[in-house]
Amino acid sequence: MTRVRSVVVAWLVAGRMPVILGALLITSSVLTDGRFLRIENLVNVMRQISFEGLIAFGMTFVIVTGGIDLSVGSLVALTGVAAALAMQSLAEADPAVRVAVGFATALIVGTSTGAAAGAIIARFAIPPFIATLATMLVARGAAFILCDGQPVHELPGELMWWGRGFVLEPVLGQRLPAPVLIMLASYAVLLVVFRRTVFGRRVVAVGSNEQAAYLSGIPVRATKMAVYVLTGLLCGLAGVLHDAKLMAGDPKVGEMWELNVIAAVVVGGTSLFGGRGTVTGTLIGAIIIGVLNNSLNLMEVEHFWQKVVLGLVILAASLLDAALRRLEPQ
Amino acid sequence: MGSTVVDSPRIEFRGVSKRYPGVQALDNVSFAVAPGSVHAIVGENGAGKSTLMKVLAGATGADSGTICLDGEEVQIRNARHSQSLGIAVVHQEFNLAGDLSVAENVFLDRWPRGPLGLISFGKLRTRSQALFQSLGIEINVRRKVRDLVVAQQQMVEIARALSLQARVLVLDEPSAVLTPNELSALFETVRKLARQGVSVLYISHRLDEVFSLGDTVTVLRDGRHISTRPLPRTGRETLIQDMVGRPITEEFPRRDFAPGGIALRVEGLCSGRRFHDVSFDVRSGEVFAITGLVGSGRSSVGKALFGAVPVTSGRLLVGGSPARLTSPRRAQRAGVAYLPEDRKQQGLLLGRPMYENVTLAHLPDVSSRGFLRIGEERRISRRRIAELRIKAPTERVPVGTLSGGNQQKVMIARWLQRAYRVIVLDEPTRGVDVGAKVEIYGLINAMAKGGAAVLMITSELPEAIGMADRIGVMCHGRLAGVLDNRGHDVSQEGLLRLAVGEGGGASL
Repeated sequence: MTRVRSVVVAWLVAGRMPVILGALLITSSVLTDGRFLRIENLVNVMRQISFEGLIAFGMTFVIVTGGIDLSVGSLVALTGVAAALAMQSLAEADPAVRVAVGFATALIVGTSTGAAAGAIIARFAIPPFIATLATMLVARGAAFILCDGQPVHELPGELMWWGRGFVLEPVLGQRLPAPVLIMLASYAVLLVVFRRTVFGRRVVAVGSNEQAAYLSGIPVRATKMAVYVLTGLLCGLAGVLHDAKLMAGDPKVGEMWELNVIAAVVVGGTSLFGGRGTVTGTLIGAIIIGVLNNSLNLMEVEHFWQKVVLGLVILAASLLDAALRRLEPQ
Repeated sequence: MGSTVVDSPRIEFRGVSKRYPGVQALDNVSFAVAPGSVHAIVGENGAGKSTLMKVLAGATGADSGTICLDGEEVQIRNARHSQSLGIAVVHQEFNLAGDLSVAENVFLDRWPRGPLGLISFGKLRTRSQALFQSLGIEINVRRKVRDLVVAQQQMVEIARALSLQARVLVLDEPSAVLTPNELSALFETVRKLARQGVSVLYISHRLDEVFSLGDTVTVLRDGRHISTRPLPRTGRETLIQDMVGRPITEEFPRRDFAPGGIALRVEGLCSGRRFHDVSFDVRSGEVFAITGLVGSGRSSVGKALFGAVPVTSGRLLVGGSPARLTSPRRAQRAGVAYLPEDRKQQGLLLGRPMYENVTLAHLPDVSSRGFLRIGEERRISRRRIAELRIKAPTERVPVGTLSGGNQQKVMIARWLQRAYRVIVLDEPTRGVDVGAKVEIYGLINAMAKGGAAVLMITSELPEAIGMADRIGVMCHGRLAGVLDNRGHDVSQEGLLRLAVGEGGGASL
């Protein structure tokens, strides 16, 4: 009897995220009379979470080291503006070159800002909350300064596919938006990095016991710095993709994204204390939040109430997660 | 002890059982503790001592059985209830608020109030001063607990327990963090309390302490009650046999002294205020012990050799060549391995699988081009489980679920991956049970035989004498002397005299 119980418990604990997600999907479908389940709608949900989801995978690494990165939203704006300016300035060049330069600019600006924040955190032992709060403000300000507060237009038409296009459209139809594919590919890569590489192991070690990691010869500072470089890189990618979506570099994008991204990671079961978390959990967390937003829209819940509901659901998911985890034998 | 039969025991455990998933932690445990006695509880790690104390402290409930307190059956509901029944527990890990003062900690959440319901710091101070005076301890009650040495922190815990009018005081491995002098101060306090009628449950691994302090001793093994015996009359061998279930012949396994060349040379090493002008060398194949009181700098020397505390001047030579060990990573590359003194805080990723802990210091060895070969990691770990006789169901269990001795073996396994020139072991047997201790000594000997220079930092003098070829004694940040111990016959008194320094006694 106790054996059966412990097997059930183990299954519930291991599978708690899919269980929560499944319950939500069923509820959504019922409450929206099935409108939720229409294929265009599901594609839409995935597209809406693709930008923040992408960044959330990087944030998972940061949070597992015990850190936090508040600068992600601003960094999307900064990298997006920088990339747009670069592409705009090359008006005479070949469009493919312009797109490539746009990507390169966004990724370089993203990684170097991430590296700066990471270096401050690792070298001077400044709390990540403070260091990235600072880079958040600097990056947001810099985005406005670079473009005088005006969105940057005149981007090459070839860019548009990356934000609004579909992969294999002749075969799949409009089922796989390009940003969604990029997000899913990043998920696959980062899942492997997290679980199967020396870097991933170091991230977990630093987060679960920094002293022990240090006294085992793990390069703690380099590892801490690297996770902020990773979020910076993903913000750069999101920044240029967002340019493609809007066909403009806008310094106002990404407001509050840091909180949505952190919410996805935490709803996905990653501990803010570090040391414990999964990339798959974050994917599910991002989907949960996306599904919620979407079904509330479909149900025509008033915008203000949506926030209330979203807050409560995040709380409920966390409580359920905590309750299930408590059943786990230590 | 020995009063009239109508006297009921202070505590009586009747058939207490507790099961955790996969482990019968307590199996029908019954015994009684007399009022005003020092009752030692011994047993190997995993014997059930901690679980029994958790039940008593209200931290966990028993599955069955009852507990009687002064003849009255009690259902201990939670920690607060246990406290209100007069049961005070001083855990191995202290529960102190580091940024509050000594006095504030003693009366934590029961601070005396003045007018307007505000805390009266005057009353707080006088009351806690009185309490420490009754214990015969000198301490500045205004100091922050964070700034105290461990022994003083322990006294704060004990004072807090007493301020609760405790009938029962549980001390869980209190000596693990104490030097000999501090220990005798603790003994004084414990005896005083017993005379005042408090029953003291004294949990320890160290039989010397049990014999010099206890009136009665209870042995637990595998969750079962094995024996309860009156102390002065019980033989040491009987007790050990009760604990391990088999006779242990050798406490310190012998090793032939066959040193090679000098593997580690330390010349005039200084590290800020931690230690000054320390010089010694260790040959390969040699076990060199460093002992000394808490705060003497013994642990800092070990850390400096591993690059974990900065060296301000002096030279280090590893294998004959000068080494700048500015980080553990560099020290490791230079051929130094290091076991920290506190495996939970500084050594293990408690929630992570055992195999991740085994390979943590050698990830390059179990990966190619940055990708981990997890199969290889697990194979290595399974081999270590067999070699070191680590009691672990599989290599995938979280290392935090293993007992202290087995956790320490995992720490040793971590550094067996490569042959290191110098191995620094800080308190290698702290919190480890008798059986595992002997095994760990065997492993240390094997490392020396394999050609490593072993630097063993220990506060346990018998351990230093039983294991080391030479013993260095630290006092106030200096190496006060190095004694030849090839015959394992240095006297504890001689070591202590060096440790306390001439003319200056160590004070708590």
